[in-house]
Amino acid sequence: MRRFRTLALPLVFLLLLGACASSEGDPLAEGTSEESAEATSEEESSSESEPESEEGGESESAPAEGEGGPITVGSTNFSEQLILASMYAQLLENAGVEVEERPNLGNREVVYPAIESGEIDLLPEYTGALATFVNGGEEPEDTSTEGLVSYLGENLPEGLEVLEPSDAQDQDASAVTQETADEFGLTTLSDLAEVCDQLVAGGPAEEETRRVGLPGLEEVYGCTFSEFRALDAGGPLTVEALNSGQIDVGRVFTTQGIIEENGWVVLEDDQGLVPSENIIPLVRSEVLTDDVESILNELSAALTEEDLIELNRRVDIDQEDPADVATSFLEEAGLLS
Amino acid sequence: MSVWQGVLEWFADPAHWQGADGVPNRVFQHVSYSLIASLLAIAIALPIGLVLGHTGKGGQLAINVSNLGRAIPSFGIIILAFIVAGIGFLPVLVTLVALAIPPIITNTYVGMRAVDPEVREAAEGMGMTGWQLLRGVEMPIAQPLIMAGIRTSVVQVIATATLAAFISLGGLGRYIIDGFGQRNTPEVISGAILVAALALLTEYGLAAVQRATLSKGLARSSRVAEAAVGAKMGAPPPGMFQPPHLP
Repeated sequence: MRRFRTLALPLVFLLLLGACASSEGDPLAEGTSEESAEATSEEESSSESEPESEEGGESESAPAEGEGGPITVGSTNFSEQLILASMYAQLLENAGVEVEERPNLGNREVVYPAIESGEIDLLPEYTGALATFVNGGEEPEDTSTEGLVSYLGENLPEGLEVLEPSDAQDQDASAVTQETADEFGLTTLSDLAEVCDQLVAGGPAEEETRRVGLPGLEEVYGCTFSEFRALDAGGPLTVEALNSGQIDVGRVFTTQGIIEENGWVVLEDDQGLVPSENIIPLVRSEVLTDDVESILNELSAALTEEDLIELNRRVDIDQEDPADVATSFLEEAGLLS
Repeated sequence: MSVWQGVLEWFADPAHWQGADGVPNRVFQHVSYSLIASLLAIAIALPIGLVLGHTGKGGQLAINVSNLGRAIPSFGIIILAFIVAGIGFLPVLVTLVALAIPPIITNTYVGMRAVDPEVREAAEGMGMTGWQLLRGVEMPIAQPLIMAGIRTSVVQVIATATLAAFISLGGLGRYIIDGFGQRNTPEVISGAILVAALALLTEYGLAAVQRATLSKGLARSSRVAEAAVGAKMGAPPPGMFQPPHLP
């Protein structure tokens, strides 16, 4: 019996590996987006007979599709996304649109395939990060807000489109404690570059390979840290590591409430490494009616970066419910009738 | 490029075999975490299991409590321990030890209770003290089950030590977590293969240790038992105490 088990273990393992290999789609690989988009739109058009899904670019031509069912609003897995998705959902519901919420789905690697396949229809996104993702991990050349929005307009797969960007941005940034800033006289990333080799950086693992992370800091600023520690994306690990001095420079996002809460100093990106990251709704064309479009554009216009910082702070630090925070903002802004 | 080609290339890349992020260092870290946690778990669980099994008191309660421990997910423990203790080895240690204790206690207790009461009585009849009985009779007979518990625990610990990377420590979990974050599927799979290979190697290694440390008398009797059939099994070696046969 035992002999059988010792032989069976590796066998089962190999079988599992084989099963992974034979499934076509590699969920993590870059550049599979187009293929899966085609595959899913074919599936849909065959099962629901929706020829419109081929004509994704022109939204107004297919408003009727929105009446087929509720609009599913998704989000990734951090507070700001939960707040924004809740705002989208509440505004649409307020206008009489049937809405289903699917918050907290995971990172972009998870939600983007979900919106491509039609599992979700609407998603709060960021201009730079989305354009870079769509471009297979490389930043488009023009990283201004206008440049990125027009890039997205041309390069999103059929059936997906973005609406008007908000002025509010949530950019990747490097933060240090007040003591570190005082000790080395840091206010900009150029200042940081002078002393990078004495400092330890920390952030999510993807910072090691993304251009807005270490590769860009090295290329644009000539900054090479003495060490990099893989932590999380501005989460509890980063807070703990930065405050306890295990790292000197932490990756944060400019709208995070934890920055002010901990008295950190965000270093200015004086050479323009980080692309614009305006909040922008990503939506499936088949659910986009004129009403939906104008409601979401109105919200984007009303939202400021200061609002986001305050709303994030209320959720992350005061532990308020994202939906309640979203409601109170919409009421104050007079967007709910 | 197929994923498997990517995995082969990942293993073939010399850059993945040196430095802080190289395979040797990651394996060393992984083995260190697992070894420290396993030794601590054995130091805690083995005496408990032995005492419970020897005295036969409170065993059911201990097994139920330790099985309850099995139901708590390691992922939850490590996050809780991180919130309490912050970044460091302590949350990892707590998680792995909590994972490793229940199988050792349960198997040790069951192995000790499975010792034939007649053998125990015979040893007592020969004037053995409780300690001598434990060391000389009960432990050697229970050894296969005790070792099976330890093997189960250590293999689980090695598989679960990947969680250390989740709270920014090293080990082979780094490849899985970093590879996922960086959308580098070959690295994720390579990391998983390394963890699985390490766990299997450990399983085989401990099985060899188990055979080597098995009491000679038991080893022979189990060989005899495997080879022999029927009546031969009942025949005790000459000179050994022969229990009276009932008519």
